[in-house]
Amino acid sequence: MDKVNFHFEIDGENFTSAGEASVRIKKMLREMGFTPEIIRRVSVAMYEGEINMVIHANGGEADVNVFCDRIEIILADRGPGIPNIDLAMQEGYSTAPDNIRSLGFGAGMGLPNMKRYTDDMKIESEVGKGTTIVMTVNV
Amino acid sequence: MTVKELANAFDYEILCLPDEAREIRGGYAGDLLSWVMGKLDADSAWVTIMSNVNIIAVATLTDPSCIILSEGVSPDEGVLARAEQQGINLLSAKKTTFEVCADLASML
Repeated sequence: MDKVNFHFEIDGENFTSAGEASVRIKKMLREMGFTPEIIRRVSVAMYEGEINMVIHANGGEADVNVFCDRIEIILADRGPGIPNIDLAMQEGYSTAPDNIRSLGFGAGMGLPNMKRYTDDMKIESEVGKGTTIVMTVNV
Repeated sequence: MTVKELANAFDYEILCLPDEAREIRGGYAGDLLSWVMGKLDADSAWVTIMSNVNIIAVATLTDPSCIILSEGVSPDEGVLARAEQQGINLLSAKKTTFEVCADLASML
């Protein structure tokens, strides 16, 4: 099946520019004619992932694949990995440092929001090697 | 009620108003950005004391009518430029978050 791919490098050093890829995806999806609800779900899920990569993994790569029946978001980093995914998925659980919390992040809602806003989410993570998250929003 | 009407009614400071005729249909108060992204409805006014540039990214993705910085908070450097660039209405109020929410509720 034909797809349209958007690829982004997520800069792990620049916290103020975090979210730029999500904002660009939002604009692209709007131009492609998706509904505001679909656009919101994709862009918020992607933003949470972007922020996680900046906070925890010194950046990474994001790919958004637009199919005719679904939008797939693939986030891959070479960060420290997630030792306990079940724990990380719990609302309110966060390992974000204090300086990040002071910016309004670290509520422990990032991964739960990503799951809530997508129809499917798979996490593959290996401690010391990195994490890959694949999210799908059906359209 | 439009964002401009709200600002005028309660004497909020206008920091950035690229879309003054934008209608306000609800409100939400919160400072934890992930929480806000999960709860804030489009076309609502978002009341927060968070003043860093990430609030503009959150607003760009969730599409509120405006952000109202409460409690006399000033935006950090770069926030106004980013708000103008993204077309985000940004107001500031000396009132507490609770008082701003009461203002909003009285007008909705």
